[in-house]
Amino acid sequence: MSSAAATPVKPKKRLSIQRRNLRGWGYASPVAAVVLVFFVGPLVLMMYMSGTDWKMAGNQGTNFPDNFKDVVSQRQFWPSILFTLKYTVIATVLLIGLGLALAMLVQESSRWRGFLRTAFLIPTSVGLASASLLFYALYSPAVGPFKGILAKFGVDAILGTSWGALIGTVFLIVWRYTGFYMLLLLVGLQGISGDLYEAARIDGASSGQIFRKITFPLLRPSLALCIIMCVTGSLLAFDQFYILTKGAPDNSTITVVYLLYKLAFETKKHLGMGAALGVIILIALVLINIFQLKVLRGDEDE
Amino acid sequence: MSKKLVKRSPMAQFAIRTPYYVLTLGLAIIFMYPLLWTAIKSFAPQGGSIGQPEGWGVGNYETLFNYQAGIWVYLKNSLLITILCVVFTLVLSTLGGYAFARFSFPGKNLLFLLVLSILMVPYATLLLPLIIWLKNLHLAGAGAILGGRLGVAIVLAVFQLPFAVYMMRISFEAIPKEIEEAALIDGCGSLGALLRIMLYAVKPGLITVGIFAFLAAWNDFMVPLFLLNSGDNSPMPLAMVNMRQQVMGTIDYGVTEAGVVFLTVPCVILFLALQRHYVRGFMSGALKG
Repeated sequence: MSSAAATPVKPKKRLSIQRRNLRGWGYASPVAAVVLVFFVGPLVLMMYMSGTDWKMAGNQGTNFPDNFKDVVSQRQFWPSILFTLKYTVIATVLLIGLGLALAMLVQESSRWRGFLRTAFLIPTSVGLASASLLFYALYSPAVGPFKGILAKFGVDAILGTSWGALIGTVFLIVWRYTGFYMLLLLVGLQGISGDLYEAARIDGASSGQIFRKITFPLLRPSLALCIIMCVTGSLLAFDQFYILTKGAPDNSTITVVYLLYKLAFETKKHLGMGAALGVIILIALVLINIFQLKVLRGDEDE
Repeated sequence: MSKKLVKRSPMAQFAIRTPYYVLTLGLAIIFMYPLLWTAIKSFAPQGGSIGQPEGWGVGNYETLFNYQAGIWVYLKNSLLITILCVVFTLVLSTLGGYAFARFSFPGKNLLFLLVLSILMVPYATLLLPLIIWLKNLHLAGAGAILGGRLGVAIVLAVFQLPFAVYMMRISFEAIPKEIEEAALIDGCGSLGALLRIMLYAVKPGLITVGIFAFLAAWNDFMVPLFLLNSGDNSPMPLAMVNMRQQVMGTIDYGVTEAGVVFLTVPCVILFLALQRHYVRGFMSGALKG
């Protein structure tokens, strides 16, 4: 991060350093206050709640570590983790792969490619909730446009089987987010100097070699950013499953965040258990991201 | 590649390019299809639709507009939450970005990292304690300020801060110091310099931050789902999902399609109008990532 690069103070201004410091804090104080009150505070409260018998009615005293034990012993705990991981792997591979393919397709600028970029980007302005409702209608056996084709293959509802529900959700996410990753990777591609490609071509490199030896290594920082964002987003998936599949069929599409919602508001109505699962998710996410940063950065040094 | 193509005859070029155009056109159609389908279907006759069972027309939109308290209530909620969120995000990120870019003060890097760390904390996990926390601040629950809509707007703005502060910081850093110094010599205080000179210079950054805050707040479903307990204060996405669930027995897809169109049209217009700024936001984010 660039945060280490503090602005150097010119000598002639040294007398007023304290006043400038004070001004700096003055401008930063609204952000500091909001972050403390609406981020750090709730975060601390979450830690406390996770060790507390906190039902809808209110705080009924500490009970650490009961909430954690109860969460782990939930029937849906391990299945939801497995499902979340499965979904994350599929979504990440598809989103990054297709995003890269589309980015390379529209890389050079022309009127047609400009149109294509816009076409791929429009879904990213649609809200995830709206998109989920849209695909709910699109997949519907009553009004959906694919009902005829599907009936021929003996499928009456796309969301009726656990695999169908997973694939249907992945398709929704691919539609909604591929443009986003295309754009991030496009920026990375445009950062690669054209001279390198020119030189490689003069040396007689094939396009496969150019991709492996030039594009891929130089795109690594952008790819790393995309992968981290995509993995984080997918691990925390909620809206699409809550709205599109509602966890059905047979609770087979329940992600960990969905389970958190259910524990807190539906099945147990126990905020303490929800908070305990929240702490587990938070710790897991931090660990996974540290691991990802290590792996993706380690590769860069080679 | 372009060099090779120049040497080929026009016919050969055509033969090479055609599959490319067919493939890319196909892809563009796939990406546009769901939106076009909903837009058309929302006016089409369909079974199960209360408003538009037969013939083409705006019956689904009439059902939508008359849903419970009337769509205007939810539209007003959405607008209130969105405007508040955009204003909070712009004010906080402008002041914060200016501070981070132009001043050095103790704790600066720590505060900046703290702002960025909001990205690392899952939305969903923070919402549970926020329910309790905001209740104590009269920003959620019964009798909350603005029926809890203020609390929703603040929380949405907090989640915008990492991107917004970062974006405004690099926008301010990109302005030559001389401009600010000239203003200071001319007798402006730093606040005067910020308001009179700097704001114009960071306008593209402000637009980008504003678009992202607008899209996030307008479309958000999860924050109001967790924080609002009265349906009358719901913004549109939440009302739309509730609407579908209440008619569960026979799902009125027509009204759902109309609702999706109603929610999406402003976003698509905003996106098309300000596409350049939208793309710019990603560029600045990815360059240093």
